Amino acid sequence: MSAAGDVEAAAVQAISGDEDVVRVRQLVRTAAVAAKLSLVDQTKLVTAASELARNTLVYGGGGKAEVSHLDNGARRGIRIVFSDSGPGIPDVELALTDGYTSGGGLGLGLSGARRLVDEFELETAVGVGTTVSVTKWAR
Amino acid sequence: MALNAEQSERLNVLLTDRAEEISARWAEVAAAPLRGRLTVAEAARQTLDLQRQLQATLRAGATDVASDRSAELRAVLSEFSRGRARQGFTATETATTVLALKTAIYDVAGVEKGDEATLRDYVAWTSFIDELSLFTFESYTKARERIITEQNEQLLELSTPVVKLWEGVVSVPLVGTLDSARAQVVMERLLQALIDTGSPWAIIDITGVPAVDTQVAQHVLKTVMAARLMGAECIVSGIRPQIAQTIVALGIEFGDIVTKASLADALRHAIKMSGSELARSQRRAA
Ligand SMILES: Nc1ncnc2c1ncn2[C@@H]1O[C@H](COP(=O)(O)OP(=O)(O)O)[C@@H](O)[C@H]1O
Ligand SMILES: [Mg+2]
Repeated sequence: MSAAGDVEAAAVQAISGDEDVVRVRQLVRTAAVAAKLSLVDQTKLVTAASELARNTLVYGGGGKAEVSHLDNGARRGIRIVFSDSGPGIPDVELALTDGYTSGGGLGLGLSGARRLVDEFELETAVGVGTTVSVTKWAR
Repeated sequence: MALNAEQSERLNVLLTDRAEEISARWAEVAAAPLRGRLTVAEAARQTLDLQRQLQATLRAGATDVASDRSAELRAVLSEFSRGRARQGFTATETATTVLALKTAIYDVAGVEKGDEATLRDYVAWTSFIDELSLFTFESYTKARERIITEQNEQLLELSTPVVKLWEGVVSVPLVGTLDSARAQVVMERLLQALIDTGSPWAIIDITGVPAVDTQVAQHVLKTVMAARLMGAECIVSGIRPQIAQTIVALGIEFGDIVTKASLADALRHAIKMSGSELARSQRRAA
């Protein structure tokens, strides 16, 4: 957190249905515009958020997304933390492999989201839950 | 709470002997809180229907709402609830109309000045009417849900126009959020249009989709595969630069599916391809 400098209070969106995935996207879009991210970066961040929110819903059994504004003095950015108390991910490397899916998806959400953002952290414990934090900085 | 046979019989007698007074008072009490939205005459038509069916049901020996003998009565109450739901009345307003029968009976039967036996009957009857009103409340809720589902389906249909752009070319625009229900409708309608028009080309235009994530991509890929099985080829159009970069970073591969920046480009491509196919087949025929 200290590297990030100022962190503005987070907006929280519960994720318990399809319509919440849409709400997360809208929340992130608004935040990204406010942080003056370029159109490409906005789209990348919104798409990453869409993937992670859906994973939180589908695999994590629901949870929440917290969106906060960062300012490290030189640049502004957006951090989004997705968390659930679901089954956790037993093999993180496998889950981050392009094309791996346990649920009939394209298996590109997690690995793709990592490529779409500047910082990506994944914490997970089987039976406890999963937290994915992503950050995108304005250029 | 169910009525006993005598209570049911006595309610029937009251409703029959004092039919006109009760229905007049019932309609009046029912219409009072709905003033301006429902006239006393309209309320009277509804309460009269309910009253007639209630009498018939009691005559048949019904003592509670759930029994087989009350099937007709339940149907009439459901119909009444559905009508009210369509007209935009609330569940409470709808159930209150049924509850108004209590006041009508209280006034007409003279419960206030009546003896103890009348009072006992009245208590039993009112709990029976409570049941009727609860049933009405539940039917209303179900009807309301059905109306909302219908409206959503209509909206889906409306917002998915498949148009014939050119001889042999149909197109469908994807707009907004492509959830699974919508994606399914889009796919079905596009495939149907391919059959109806015998078109060999379909253009899926994603200009209106703000974020193409893997779920949207998967729906598009499935639609393209289904169209291919029917002998038609799809072009995906409306891929703006930011979407293209995002798709690449995500790692989505459209394989040999033709993608174009705009709908016009896609149409040009389809016409050119059909033209050269036509030329080829003409050469073969010659
Ligand atoms: N929040 C989560 N909780 C548990 N498992 C998850 C979570 N997110 C992802 N996974 C696992 O990682 C796999 C890969 O995820 P992803 O790349 O998004 O692909 P997809 O969603 O298409 O399956 C999932 O199939 C699932 O097994
Ligand atoms: Mg996923």
